[in-house]
Amino acid sequence: MKLPPMLRQLLHRRIVLAAAVVLLVIAVLAIGAPWFASIDPNDTAVLQRLKAPSSEHPMGTDELGRDVYARIVHGARYSLSIAALTALGSVIAGTLLGLVAGFFRPLDAPLMRVVDAMMSLPDFLLAIALVAILGPSLVNVVLALVLVYTPRVARVVRASTLVVRELLFVEAVRALGVRTSRILWRHILPNLLSPILVQVSFIFAYAILAEAGLSFLGVGVPPEMPTWGTMVAGGQQYAHQAFWVVLFPGLAIIFTALSLQMLGDGVRDLLDPKLKKTL
Amino acid sequence: MAVSNEPRLTVQHLSTSFPTDGGLVHAVADVSFSIEPGKTTALVGESGSGKSVTSLTLMRLLAKTANARVSGIARFGTREGRSVDLLQLDEQAMRALRGNQLAMIFQEPMTCLNPVLTVGEQIAESVRLHKGLNRGAALAHATRMLDLVEIPAANRRVHEYPHQLSGGMRQRVMIAIAMACDPTLLIADEPTTALDVTIQAQILELMRKLQARTGMSILFITHNLGVVAHHADDVVVMYAGRVVESAPVRALFAAPAHPYTQGLLACLPGKARSPGTPRPARLFVIRGQVASPLAPPPGCAFEPRCDQAIAACRATMPELLSTGAGREARCIRAVAALPELA
Amino acid sequence: MRKFLLSKALGMLAVLAIVALMVFVLTRAASGDPISVLLGEQATAEDIARVQKVYGLDKPLPVQFGYWLRQVVQGNLGDSIFLQRPVTQALRERAEPTTLLALMAVAIAAALGIPCGIVSAVFRGRWIDQLFTGVAMLGASIPSFWLGLVLIQIFAVSFGWFPVSGYGAPDAALAERVHALVLPAAVLGLLNSALIIRFTRASMLDVLGEDYVRTARSKGLAESTVVLKHALRNALVPIVTVVGLTVALMIGGAVVTETVFGLPGVGNLVVSAVLRRDYPVIQGALLVVAAIYVLINFSIDLLYAVVDPRVKVG
Repeated sequence: MKLPPMLRQLLHRRIVLAAAVVLLVIAVLAIGAPWFASIDPNDTAVLQRLKAPSSEHPMGTDELGRDVYARIVHGARYSLSIAALTALGSVIAGTLLGLVAGFFRPLDAPLMRVVDAMMSLPDFLLAIALVAILGPSLVNVVLALVLVYTPRVARVVRASTLVVRELLFVEAVRALGVRTSRILWRHILPNLLSPILVQVSFIFAYAILAEAGLSFLGVGVPPEMPTWGTMVAGGQQYAHQAFWVVLFPGLAIIFTALSLQMLGDGVRDLLDPKLKKTL
Repeated sequence: MAVSNEPRLTVQHLSTSFPTDGGLVHAVADVSFSIEPGKTTALVGESGSGKSVTSLTLMRLLAKTANARVSGIARFGTREGRSVDLLQLDEQAMRALRGNQLAMIFQEPMTCLNPVLTVGEQIAESVRLHKGLNRGAALAHATRMLDLVEIPAANRRVHEYPHQLSGGMRQRVMIAIAMACDPTLLIADEPTTALDVTIQAQILELMRKLQARTGMSILFITHNLGVVAHHADDVVVMYAGRVVESAPVRALFAAPAHPYTQGLLACLPGKARSPGTPRPARLFVIRGQVASPLAPPPGCAFEPRCDQAIAACRATMPELLSTGAGREARCIRAVAALPELA
Repeated sequence: MRKFLLSKALGMLAVLAIVALMVFVLTRAASGDPISVLLGEQATAEDIARVQKVYGLDKPLPVQFGYWLRQVVQGNLGDSIFLQRPVTQALRERAEPTTLLALMAVAIAAALGIPCGIVSAVFRGRWIDQLFTGVAMLGASIPSFWLGLVLIQIFAVSFGWFPVSGYGAPDAALAERVHALVLPAAVLGLLNSALIIRFTRASMLDVLGEDYVRTARSKGLAESTVVLKHALRNALVPIVTVVGLTVALMIGGAVVTETVFGLPGVGNLVVSAVLRRDYPVIQGALLVVAAIYVLINFSIDLLYAVVDPRVKVG
């Protein structure tokens, strides 16, 4: 299979390769959940509650007798889609914000003050407050997290835009009379793809952790929804007798977040020296 | 000051290579030269010729992450009369020499001084380390050094920070740091390139004075032939990592043997291409460019750009052979031109 | 110098003003009826009239903002609906555990992070660098509540060295309080050391590549002198910056940790306020936290000006 050279170079680094494989496995498990976990994750069996890991239940059962492994695989769908939507949303919003701020000088200062203000609250606290205001639901969690992470993307995009804007070819294109919107879309944006890509990976990771935290506290998605965070929340009080209920969802979170960060790091290492060369 | 017949530094077949993604780069290949006590040897070449790498290799200051492969011998005559191979010394012994008997000054005075330490402290630290002086004595010595490099109001300046001094003054401070422990060999890597022309002249004059006073040898690295003409005793010309010609300065300028040297001299504005002919109307330029270090030409490195090249030049790398008293050139045409050696 | 301070101070005020606006808009959007927000369900006619006057609720919205802002600046953050006391009092009561926790956690994070970051930079590319960098990345991937539960299971339940939860008896001495905070501080400290390791390493690598470090080596100085005297002093400013930022991160991280360990701190207060829709508390806590954060950033900028001789004189 002929891969584009950059992708090939990326996968040459063993760690990035490992991270990509892990993510692929998780994604496949999540998408094909019903095939990979035949036991119904919502099937409560009170007689089977808090059973240790066994051949029948490889990760044990939780406080309501549900199979932990099945819940993790099915829960992956929720946790991953929330995080993915968050990453997508914040990158789109942040890029728009950053582009405008970086390109149109009079708008830069006021927009950046707003960004500063939004970043003056700790991420998590802001997320809690926003969900409190919007109400607990999957959509609102995504919305809240998008609002939390957009400023971060905006800052990075603005910084890159400032650099690219000063490059001579932009002046040249302007001198040819090209419309501003076309300049932004055709000339500036493509040069921003590298830092944006890196941000996507990291925000995905942060979102997974944030959603888990929100759900754990009970201020995220409704507790009936099987995300990894709600699983830990539910098992918390039984932790001392049945630690696996807490252990496995946590490990799922760790593996996913770690792989995403490694991927982001790998992409950044690869694109950064190139960035410096082209910019 | 004992007068010795032994050269202060004898470099033999020095090679430095760096492994890169594109292959092994031979930054310095088979470089040999020597420097007499009290004399100045100029190492001349354009960017990428390997002259800076040569100096860093001798001082053992190459970055560890570069994974350089070094071979060859660099015999240095110490103050105590011993002769050591700089490339074989263990790190501790090398550190005892650095800043002490063997000193170096660099190209960029603006970034070579630590911004958060005073100028005096940066000089004093050398002396405290190598001469064992206490703080007070070291500071006094530092002030004397600032005087020596002709910085006015040394008493005040010694407590100032680098950003309070101009580029020319910072380079003087660098010289002061290098001279603080009375070295016998000073390596100067393009010390005046980043300075204004008038300041350049002052710094060079200062170095000449200091050399006369202390009898130290200088390895002067530069791409500026004008400087070489006025301040060097011997010249070593480098191209693509190799020595292509070496000669005493007058002989080199009077009759350059290697086509590259001839080209360099012809580039000097105001110089006729050959004595007797009138000055040309246009500036001379050596055609072509230096080949990529990852794809060197099969034979002589200069051959693609040389107007005197013949088929044999492309075949193999010429040897560095003698072309006269104390002269060598790496060119089969130059050697063949000498009637005795035809 | 004075101009520098002034511009920074103005910037700080601008940010705070925007935060106040955001908080005001958010809570109004959420609750809709400001009277029930401020007074709860059982409001007497006099209370309503008083609140209407103080907050100018019959006036247009921007004016209401002005009234509210004036109250905030005077230190009146409203009254908690559920706790039956002023928000400022509730916050003050809860401040000690959170502050102690944050300080202990920062100390642990810095004590771990800075040396590891320096070692990582000096031995770049070697196994110890890869180890520390890997650990740092791992630390940034572990959910704090999970680590808290794990540490509780190991050190409190199995070994019994620390209390499973709580902050000690109501009349407990400082030593007992600190003892109860060891595990939660360890959780926050370990996880946040990840960021400090990365920043310290990056900052040191930058400095170690500078020309003046090469000059220092050319003087024959020992490597440890080069790293600690010449390089570290220049790398210190970004490192101190990130340590300061870590303090701010602790405030957010404390929320979850306080819940897991049952600590009566500000974070716990915010969580219960959110669950109960106690808007005055949410509002007040957000403002206070933002103000602290902005103040910390301002202090860091100040410190920067003091430490770097170029800024001082120039």
